[in-house]
Amino acid sequence: MPDEQLALDNINFDIYDGEIVGIIGHTGSGKSTLLQHLNGLLRPHSGTICIGDTDITAPGVLMKDIRRRVGLVFQYPEYQLFEETVAKDVAFGPKNLGLSDEEVEDRVKEAIGLVGLDYEKIKDRSPFELSGGQKRRVAIAGVLAMKPQVLVLDEPTAGLDPGAHKEILAMIQEVHKAQNNIIIFVSHNMGDIADLSDKVMVMNDGKLMMVGTPEEVFGQKERLAEIGLSVPPVTELMHALKDAGVPVKENILNLKDAEAEIYQYLQRKILHD
Amino acid sequence: MIRDITLGQYYAGESLIHRLDPRVKIIATLLFIVELFIVNNFIGFAVCAAALAVYVKVSKVPLSFILRGLKPILLIIIFTFCLNIFMIDGRIIWQLGFLKITVEGLLTAVFMGIRLVLLIIGSSLLTLTTKPISLTDGIERLLGPLARIGVPTHEIAMMMSIALRFIPTLLEETDKIMKAQQARGADFESGNLLARAKSLIPILVPLFVSAFRIAQDLAMAMEARCYRGGKGRTRMHEMRFRGNDYAALMILVLFLGVTIFMRMQLPSVL
Amino acid sequence: MKNIIRIENLIFEYSHLEEEPAIRAVDNVSLNIETGSFTAIIGKNGSGKSTLAKNLNGLLLPSGGTVYVKQWDTRDDAHIWDVRQTAGMVFQNPDNQLVSSIVEDDVAFGPENLGIEPKEIRERVDKALADVNMGKYKKKAPHLLSGGQKQRIAIAGVVAMKPECIIFDEPTAMLDPKGREEIMSIIDELHREGITVVLITHFMEEAVRADRIIIMDDAKVLLDGTPEEVFAQEETLREANLEIPMAASLAHKLRKRGIKVPEDVITVERLVEFVCQYK
Repeated sequence: MPDEQLALDNINFDIYDGEIVGIIGHTGSGKSTLLQHLNGLLRPHSGTICIGDTDITAPGVLMKDIRRRVGLVFQYPEYQLFEETVAKDVAFGPKNLGLSDEEVEDRVKEAIGLVGLDYEKIKDRSPFELSGGQKRRVAIAGVLAMKPQVLVLDEPTAGLDPGAHKEILAMIQEVHKAQNNIIIFVSHNMGDIADLSDKVMVMNDGKLMMVGTPEEVFGQKERLAEIGLSVPPVTELMHALKDAGVPVKENILNLKDAEAEIYQYLQRKILHD
Repeated sequence: MIRDITLGQYYAGESLIHRLDPRVKIIATLLFIVELFIVNNFIGFAVCAAALAVYVKVSKVPLSFILRGLKPILLIIIFTFCLNIFMIDGRIIWQLGFLKITVEGLLTAVFMGIRLVLLIIGSSLLTLTTKPISLTDGIERLLGPLARIGVPTHEIAMMMSIALRFIPTLLEETDKIMKAQQARGADFESGNLLARAKSLIPILVPLFVSAFRIAQDLAMAMEARCYRGGKGRTRMHEMRFRGNDYAALMILVLFLGVTIFMRMQLPSVL
Repeated sequence: MKNIIRIENLIFEYSHLEEEPAIRAVDNVSLNIETGSFTAIIGKNGSGKSTLAKNLNGLLLPSGGTVYVKQWDTRDDAHIWDVRQTAGMVFQNPDNQLVSSIVEDDVAFGPENLGIEPKEIRERVDKALADVNMGKYKKKAPHLLSGGQKQRIAIAGVVAMKPECIIFDEPTAMLDPKGREEIMSIIDELHREGITVVLITHFMEEAVRADRIIIMDDAKVLLDGTPEEVFAQEETLREANLEIPMAASLAHKLRKRGIKVPEDVITVERLVEFVCQYK
């Protein structure tokens, strides 16, 4: 490349078993590049990536082994569907892993169930005649059927309507509960990030700017604002109240806590007056 | 990466040549090709090469950039050179078994080699100095008279310019789909020819689906923007011949005369 | 006020295959769009909102009922180009609606189709690009731009046709928050300049900016009113699988706990104002 730039610059992080990790950062901050390194689609110029005990950047590591460990669901994954039937499409991944036919079928059944679809009803339908939300589930099932230890999702809810959006988020939580795998997802929706993540990573200009719990990360509104990122809308509201001189706790990440906090304040005031 | 492939090989610039009407440049290129076939001796080629050198100089396209474009076709040039040098009978000057080089063969090979190189450089200058979109515009207008006898010139030009617009989009789409299928364990590199051809299905099907979706969206958007074919359509960039264009045409005609004159007056090499 | 678009008993049906029964995407909808207004049409996927939008400028033609744009029936072939010039449209996918490989040529596409004089096209293109803050990108290739920038070019392409009304069909659905904000502020600006705006969206926070919200559900109009009126109907909205804006939802919850929050508290600003009166 003539104008070589560092798309990723000295990134270091650990993710533990069973964690859900949310990644935020604006377009071009290196999020997608990072995700593609995690399953070997891109290889780092320097540095190592270990999944479990295996260094996936070591020479001689089989791609198949990496893909088995890390499943990557791209943005708008429904655009990669290609088979005649849903069952065949979901089977594509496990078949590529060289599994036996019975094993493949079992996994397909399980994966389709995991994403909340009815296997018997949907298995013989063409993926192209499903609704947008269903297509996306089938595409995610295609990766889940490979039983990855780490499931990586790039903007899993992009372009969906609010109903389908909520369903996909619930589905991610279901999958996590059922498999207790590591889930890493990218989103622009700070509310979703705060709701789902155990750990939040903030990317900017190819660098990892912050890592922490949602409370720690979203507690730094100014630092996020500097790189053009926001806090969840509820947090935004609490800050607005605080700025207007209302003495409320501003580091609140969900609607329930916000309601309680504002209610408490108002009740106290109304009773006093 | 796949999206780094550029098409048309345009070299952005603001030179006199860049600013010429694309129609003049298309005519110039066609004439130059004709002239290369009129010329039948080395002096003629020297004149053509000199003219081309002036053209390159004025266009301000770096020579290295032009020569880089020759690289992919180097093999063809060498192949034709060898074919000519060994295959033509005549006065033998060197022989090894069945391989022989003759005076006539050597002359023809050099002659054809020069013709081919000049031809490629000359025509690549058209795309190097003209934006693809101006090129399609120019072609549309040059073919304009054919529209009267029912040739869909506007439609052809529109299709070409839409193709130019969507090539990068489809390349990007292909890149994305390939990566997504790789993430599902697809392997495009190993196996025999049949296995490899089969491994393309997971790319081609989604790509076709995408292409149709794009076509549908685009058709809808074009209709919404009142597109109704070439009839009654005006253009923002008017193509009008200016002083430079007329001057260029004059030079072209003169040059054509010179090459014809040289063919008539000078002895042929072949 | 005059109505720029009048929809009378609109029915739109389609079928995938000849033998299949027709699906009714829009079922007997009647409504008017006032000149100069900003209307948001909300509904989940498959509610008929996009089909309705495409009926507003003759991209789809009614199976029953009539749509008028100014005085023209959209089914009148003689005036279809008047209809489309009056009511322009911006689509969801920023990539798939740009025709040319050079930004300014793309913006010129509409005016060229209208047969405008070259000199005036030039002026319109420069003005439209300036309106969307993309003047310095006019010689660029669209595929090198961000999603938000491409969508701005698409808007400029419509603005250059000098429409009186612009229908935005989910213009931000595929954009990141930055791109979304850019597009929304341009829509606000166009509305301020007097263009009638119809915004199809499923983002409630965007709809709050409109002066009228129409909720589509199951091919019919479910609710129609000011944002305050519509977001007060939390239950109805929830049943239609739609969310209400965060501030409105919070106000609703406080109301349930006995605090008298006025109905018009649907934005963060209004909620802050409300809480502040007790300071």
